[in-house]
This record gives sequence, structure tokens and C-alpha cells, in this order.
Amino acid sequence: MRQSLRMLARDWRAGELRVLAAAMVIAVASVTSVGFFADRVGRGLARDAHQLLGADLVLVSDHAFAASLAADMEKRNLRSASALAFMSMAIVDGKSQLAGVKAVTENYSLRGQLRVAPAPGAADAPVEAGPPRGKVWIEERLVTALGAPVGTRLRLGDAELEVGAVLTLEPERSANFFNFAPRLMMNAADVPASGLIRPGSRASYYLYLAGAPRELQAAESVLRDALERGQRMETLETGRPEVRASVDRAQRFLALTALLAAILAGVAIALAARRFVQRHLDACAVMRCLGATQSRLVLLYGGEFVAVGVAACAVGAAVGFAGQQALSAALEELLRAELPAPGPVPALQGFLVGLALMLGFLLPPLLQLKNVPALRVMRRESGRPKGGVLAAYGCGFGALAALLLWQAADIKLGAYVIGGFTVAVAAFVAVAWLLLRLASHPAVTRRVGGASLRYGLAQLRRHAAGNAVQTTCLALGLTALLLLTFTRHDLVQAWRRSVPPDAPNRFLIGVQPDQRAALAQFFAEHRMPVPELYPMVRGRLIAVNGKPVRDQDYAEERARRLVEREFNLSYMEAPPEHNTVAAGRWFTGAGARELSVEEGIAERLGWKLGDELSFSVGAQPFSARITSLRKLRWDSMRVNFFVIAPPGLLADFPASFVSAFRVEPGREPVLNELSTRFPNVTLVDVAAAVRQAQLVIDQLIEAVQFVFLFTLAAGVLVLYSALLATEDERRREAALMRVCGASRAQVAGSQRAEFLAMGVVAGLLATLGAAGIGQLVARKVFELNLAPSVELWLAGPLAGIALLSFNAWLSSRQVLRSSPALTLRDAT
Amino acid sequence: MKNSSVLAARGIGKTVKSGDSELVILRDIDLEITPGEALAVVGASGSGKSTLLAILAGLDTPTTGRVELGGTDLFRLDEDARAELRGRLVGFVFQSFQLLPALTALENVMLPLELAGNADAESLARDMLSRVGLSERLRHYPKHLSGGEQQRVALARAFVVRPKLLLADEPTGSLDADAGADVIELLFRMNREQGTTLVMVTHDEGLARRCKRIVRLTAGRVLA
Repeated sequence: MRQSLRMLARDWRAGELRVLAAAMVIAVASVTSVGFFADRVGRGLARDAHQLLGADLVLVSDHAFAASLAADMEKRNLRSASALAFMSMAIVDGKSQLAGVKAVTENYSLRGQLRVAPAPGAADAPVEAGPPRGKVWIEERLVTALGAPVGTRLRLGDAELEVGAVLTLEPERSANFFNFAPRLMMNAADVPASGLIRPGSRASYYLYLAGAPRELQAAESVLRDALERGQRMETLETGRPEVRASVDRAQRFLALTALLAAILAGVAIALAARRFVQRHLDACAVMRCLGATQSRLVLLYGGEFVAVGVAACAVGAAVGFAGQQALSAALEELLRAELPAPGPVPALQGFLVGLALMLGFLLPPLLQLKNVPALRVMRRESGRPKGGVLAAYGCGFGALAALLLWQAADIKLGAYVIGGFTVAVAAFVAVAWLLLRLASHPAVTRRVGGASLRYGLAQLRRHAAGNAVQTTCLALGLTALLLLTFTRHDLVQAWRRSVPPDAPNRFLIGVQPDQRAALAQFFAEHRMPVPELYPMVRGRLIAVNGKPVRDQDYAEERARRLVEREFNLSYMEAPPEHNTVAAGRWFTGAGARELSVEEGIAERLGWKLGDELSFSVGAQPFSARITSLRKLRWDSMRVNFFVIAPPGLLADFPASFVSAFRVEPGREPVLNELSTRFPNVTLVDVAAAVRQAQLVIDQLIEAVQFVFLFTLAAGVLVLYSALLATEDERRREAALMRVCGASRAQVAGSQRAEFLAMGVVAGLLATLGAAGIGQLVARKVFELNLAPSVELWLAGPLAGIALLSFNAWLSSRQVLRSSPALTLRDAT
Repeated sequence: MKNSSVLAARGIGKTVKSGDSELVILRDIDLEITPGEALAVVGASGSGKSTLLAILAGLDTPTTGRVELGGTDLFRLDEDARAELRGRLVGFVFQSFQLLPALTALENVMLPLELAGNADAESLARDMLSRVGLSERLRHYPKHLSGGEQQRVALARAFVVRPKLLLADEPTGSLDADAGADVIELLFRMNREQGTTLVMVTHDEGLARRCKRIVRLTAGRVLA
């Protein structure tokens, strides 16, 4: 080992290891920092998503909790807050309006923000605690309906309270879609004075808990066992699917970034290792000559590589940690939240990734080094590493692929990226070889003017295989860069658009069949698009394939809750516009005994195409078979149904109608008119939910953008290593050209021609790769539609040309600066 | 074969395939070299002299015949065992110096000692470099040394392990006349001082005449 360390010191000093070490450091740093970010942001997101619940864990009950419960939870190091929700009339000067009252303790909310504004439409600001005693905060709709600006006295039962602010955002609002009455928030201590809550009053009691994951988990299991009738527990899992969808998507985005960083790191290390081997063939032959055995060489270089690897991994992990610390400071500002402390796992993961990359990509070349014959000292042409190169890189790539799958923790995403990468590499090598051969075909070169151009193109042919590999590496580096710049931008835009700015923001529930025409007329009168009304029939699931359904048959809490509740069934002839049939086929006719089911719920409840579901509506049962599974976008904010039947099956059951529509800002007064004209219809404000979902998505996008920078750095390193890979050989050839009488212009010209052709090919390949992978990832993983990008098709080839032209300029400058004699002597 | 010989070759032949035909490089060569002897192998370009040297060193394998180095049949050993034997008995000087570019002059000379696990590598190497007149150049890299200086470093590297046999392949082939003469003076002086057996391949008749014995190769055969 001492000799290995001595060799390491010497190689390091001579600059032989710098590229390799830099590749390792950047690899590990990027993997680690991406890991840290993914971990911290992921945990932060999970926690922030709890904002939608207002806590980490919420207990809901239809009767008051035992007084000792909150104290018990405090003893378990959990913070608690409580709330009481009920409906009541709020009265101002004889005007009254039903309000959804929520009486909260002052420490509400434990997670997430409350935001208030001094007047309707004024800028809002976050507040740390709920309303103080004697004050209420009311929603804009209530301000309008009651004509009650801030400062107005308002009666609630027996109490008289002052409107203290306009409530603009409350964490749970989005989680409880069907809080259809406008919100009035008050201090829990004012409730007794109102006299509104008496034995038998209909009210919901909430106990909010927040704390460290371990304590929460312990409390959760205790609480779950102690749940009484009429009590339930809410966690994020049981929360709204559209928020879950956004969080999942963000995590996939982060995983994708980490995958790309690791792939690029592998390519950079492979290139650096190849260069190291090329430059150490002679040294190995000399050592063989001086008596070193093969095993001795393996030990010497193996020791050297391991020492470099461990040191580089350590430095990389430290750099990754420092980098993410610095960036997370900026990120916390953007996320407006404190990120959880980083755990040690990403550092360990980065370290292992680095070591696996080293073993995968450094050991195979090491085995080549040991096979160098001593005869090479006398005959230079002997002992070029031959054969086994493909096997060696296959081995390296295998290690990388296994690692990526492990790191991605998402088999689907991992498989797409790795599959895409493998296909791209094979296709790139083949296409690059073909195109370069074509560009250097005598039929082409004969036609071009200028000796240097001809010579440069002829060089392409002479190094066809090497150039194809180099062009492929360049194309890979460029692909990553294009993916991270253009495609990433397109993906982010597509994602942002997934909650369209014109998404519906109001739900209309309980429209009676005979009100449909009048409602349509109301919208037309107010020059608003007439929303589509969907029939809704409430039914309970009673059997699947003839077997009665019992909630204890389902292990999963969410599945149990789904089967416990009544389903909102709908009927229609054609699938809704925003749904697509993912499996099976749509109904054969209006009278068919068929059902179309959302694929997520089918998976959760274990339903398959062909299964027969039996529901009871009122006391009347009906059965039908599942003939199609639908895919739908929960974050579309449109009306969605888990189960849809053909009209013939449900049309005779009593139904009400639901709809979703958009009210542009400033037109809210129309809603009051709507409520007056159709008093039985419930108007649900989903604007807050949309706003919150948009906010979460924006936060996620900010986080993701930061993480991309690291992968970008890794991409640049790949390009650098790829260019460096053939530098020695090109310098030697250029020196020989000059010895043979070529002018400086001719040397520079021939290099330019060669690099330019490679640049065009690499640029084209990279564009194809980025566009292809982008489409694949967008469609298969993010389920988004990505429009082809003109900018990408312009930028890709141009980037290739620009990069290689710059490299040609640098390379010829170096060659022309040193004397040919010196270059040649160094090369021998 | 006498037991006293350092190096003995019997019936060495080397044939390589060239397309459909076979190319004979060496044919039935016998050689015996006694301790302290200096032997020059001369011949025109392509006469097979470098191939013969490579076979004597165990770097290349003959098609027929055997080579004994220090009483051990070289080609009964595997490649690794031959390398070990070389490390113990043989020093090399090449036409193209073969210094490691990443190592300083001192480190190049230390290398064979380090490979042999010698704890005094540095002091021995310093001493040897001062003997070849390069005590001022210890920390220089090969690319900062002249051709003559590089070959002197190579000589120091060859002699520092006190080899029984020194194999030199055109040691002045890459040097101008003056530098070549200096290197040759040094080579013969150190050879005398250490009592090393020398086998030198050269096409320089003047240089060959400085050796006690000359073997002439023509088309792979030893001229009688």
C-alpha cells in the first residue's frame, strides 16, 4: 500500500489523476447534493404537504375529546391545538348569512399558514396565530354578503364579536372541499359566550398534533387503537389525491435529476479512466521489465485507485454537503419554510455511488493494464489494450444501472432512464460511425476544396471507431445539457400548466333535475360559459363478484374508508373530456350493464376488468361489470367520478347534478345572486384549494430548478473529459503534420474540419436524444404532454458546433504554441 | 551448458506468420555468456538483433530453443516468474530511454528498488545519480532533461539494483555523437566497476569493438 500511495502522490503531482479525481469529486458531490436535496426537500415537502391538514396528524370526532387527551399528547412531546367546527348564522344589522364557523385555539395552526388581509382584495400577509378573543376573521364572500368590512360588529348566537380581518388562506380549507358555507374563524374561548354549542349540537371536533416523526408514529398507533365510534384520523395519505399527485411528481423530478447526475458521472469516470490507462501503458511495461508481476501491478494500481476513490468520495461528499447547505439557505427563503436537517444517508449513498462507479469503471481498465506485455518497452505497437473493452464497459455500466435503480427508488423511472440511455448509447455509436464515415467518404472529400479540409475529413475515416466513441460521449454530455436546459424548461412549463390558470374554482352541488334549464339560463344571462352538469347518484358498494364487501377485508386504511363511504356514482353516454380510457373499452350502449372505473381506485381496491360490482342506491340494488378503467387528472380541478355507468343503468334512480365552473376575479357578487336564485344549491369555493395547489407546485418547481444545476455541472465535466480523451493523440498527429511541412493554417484548418463534423453529428444526436428522452419521460412518467420544441432543434446542433469549434481553436492553439519536436519527444 | 555462464541460449529460432507465409526472424542461435563478459550483437536493420535481445531477456518467446538465465530455464517459467527473475538479475537500457514521464529523475531510479522492497531506495538512488553526474537534476522530470541526461538516468536505474546482466538495446541510437560517447564511457565504466555482464545490441561497429566479443547477425543467423 505504501508503494501505491507513493505512486498516487507522483501521479497526482504529474497531473495524471486530476481529471479522474475531479470526475469522481463532481460525481459524488452531485449525487450527494442531489441526494441531500431530494432527501431534505422530500421530507420538507411531506411535512409542508401537512400544511394542508394544518398538522401532521388530525383527529376528527363528532363529540368532544376527553380533556386528558391533549395533555397526554403533550407528554409525548407532541404539540397540540384544537378546533370546533359548526354551522351558524352570522348577523349584521339584520342581514344574515350561514357561515361555516371554526373556533380555534390561539396556537392554531401547527403546520401551514393562515393569511389575512385588512380588506377584500388587499394584499394579504401570514399571521402566526388564530384570531384573538373577541375578534372574528371572515372570508371575502361573507364580507360581501353581510356588508361587513373590518371593524364591523357581528352577532353570532349570543355573542357580539368584531370583524378583525379578512381571512384569505387557511390550511385545511383545501383539504375539506365541501366546507361550502363561507368561513368564519373565531377564538375557541369565545364559544361558550355564544351559547351555540349545547348537548346534541351538530359540531365536529378537531385535535391537531405535530411533532417529530418517531413520536408521531408512536402516538398514531396508540390513537388508532383508541379511536371511538364517530372518530377518525386524518393523515396526508387520506388527504386529497391531487396534492399527493403533485408531491409524487416532484419526487420523480428529483429522482430523475439524481439519475442523470449519476449517469454523467459514470461517463466522465469512464473517459478519465481510459485516458489514465492509455498514458500508463508504457509505465506498466517498464515495471514489468523491472520485475513487477501482474498481481503486483494490480495491487499497485488497485491501491492507487482505491486511495484516489476514497479521497475523492470523501471530498465529494463534503463538497456535496457544503453545496446543499449553501443552496438550502436560499431554498428555504423560496420555500418559505425551514427544511428538515439533512440525514447521513445521502452522504453514505453518495460515497457508495462513488465507490461503485470506481469499481465499475476503473477496475476493468486496471485489468487491461496488468496485461501489458513487457515487450512493449522494445516494440511500442505491442501491448495496446485489446478485446474485453466492451465487456469492461458493460461491467461498469451494469454496476451503474444497478446503482441507479437503487438510488431512484422508482423502478419505472429508473427503467425508462436506463433503458433510454442504453438505447441512446447503442444508437449514438452506430449513427455517429455511419455519419462520420459518410462525411469522410472519398466521394465527399473529393468534392470539397482546400487541402486542410480534405485532410481533416480524411482523419475522420482513419479514426472512425475512436471518433464514433468520442462523438457519442460528446453527444451524451450534450444530451444531458439539452435535457437539463431546454427539455427541463418545457417539462416545467407543461407541469405548471397541469393546473391551468383557468381551472374551475367553484363547485355547484345539489342542482335538482328541474333546475338545470334555469341554471343554464342564469349563466347565459351573466355572460358566463354554461357549465356542464353531471348527474350524481349516491350508492353504497355491497358486493364484488357476488361476495359481500366488509371493510375489514381491506388492509389499507384508505381502502377501508373508501368502501365505508357512499360512492358518488354518475352516468353518461360518452366519457368526460378530461378522462381517457386506459384499459378495456367504453360502454357498448346506453343500456349496457357496464361500469367504468377510475384506475387508481381499481388498483387500491383490487378491482379488475370483468369484475362485477353491486351497489345499493337507497334500498335498491344493481350490479354491473367493469368494462373500462379510466385515467383522469385529479389536479384538473374538474368534476371527477370514481365510478361511471351508462345512463340506462342509473337514470331511474334519484339524482342531483354537480358542476365545476370558473368565476373570474371581481365577479364574485354573481355568486351571491346565484345563491339567492337557487337557495338549495350548494356553492363550494375551490379557489383557495386551487391557489394552494398552485402554491405547492410553484414551491416544488423552485426546488427542482436548484437541483438541476448540479447535474448541469456533471454534464460539463463529461464534455471536458470527452474532449481531453483524444488530446494526446491529436497533438502528436498535428506535430507530425507540421514536421511534414504543413503550415499553421493547415494544421488549424484540418482540426477545425474534423471537430466541426463531429460537432454537427454530436449536436444532432444530442438533440434527438434529448427530444426522445424528454417525450418518453413526459408521457410515461409525468403523464404530461410535451409539445416539440423548435428552440431545442436549433440549439442542439448549434451547441455541438459551437462547443467543438471552440475546442478545435483551443486544441490547435496548444499544438501550435509548442514546438513539434517537443510534442513528439513527449509522446515517445 | 557450463554452470559458470550467466546467460546461455541454445537453438533459438523465431518464426512469425505474415499473411499466408512464415517469416523467419531468428534461426538456430547458440550463445553462451560468462560472468563479466561484454558481448556486442551487431547486424543490419531487420537482422533480428532486437528480437534476440528480447528473447534473451524473456520479454519475447522463441519458437524453438531455450534460454538459461542464472541457471534457470526462462521459458519453463510463466510470465510472472520471468518478471521476478528479471527483477533480480537483469538491468535494461533502451534506445528510447523508457523513463516514466510522471516521475522525477530520482524517482525513476528509485522505482526498481521500490519494486524490490528496498528500504534504502532513496539514498541508493541519490548515490547512483551522483555517480552518473546528475546530482543537480534529482527533481527534474524527464521532459526537462536532455537526451543524454535521460539516458544517464536510465543507466543509473539499470545499475542501481546491481544486476548480474545488463541488456542494452542501441543505447546511443537516439543521441548525438557527443552525448552518445559520454553515455558509452559511463556504461563501460560502471560495467567494469560492478563486474556486470553486458549484452549490447548496436549497429555501430566502433561501439561494438569496445566489447570483448562480437556476434554478427545476418538474416537471423549468426555469422561464423
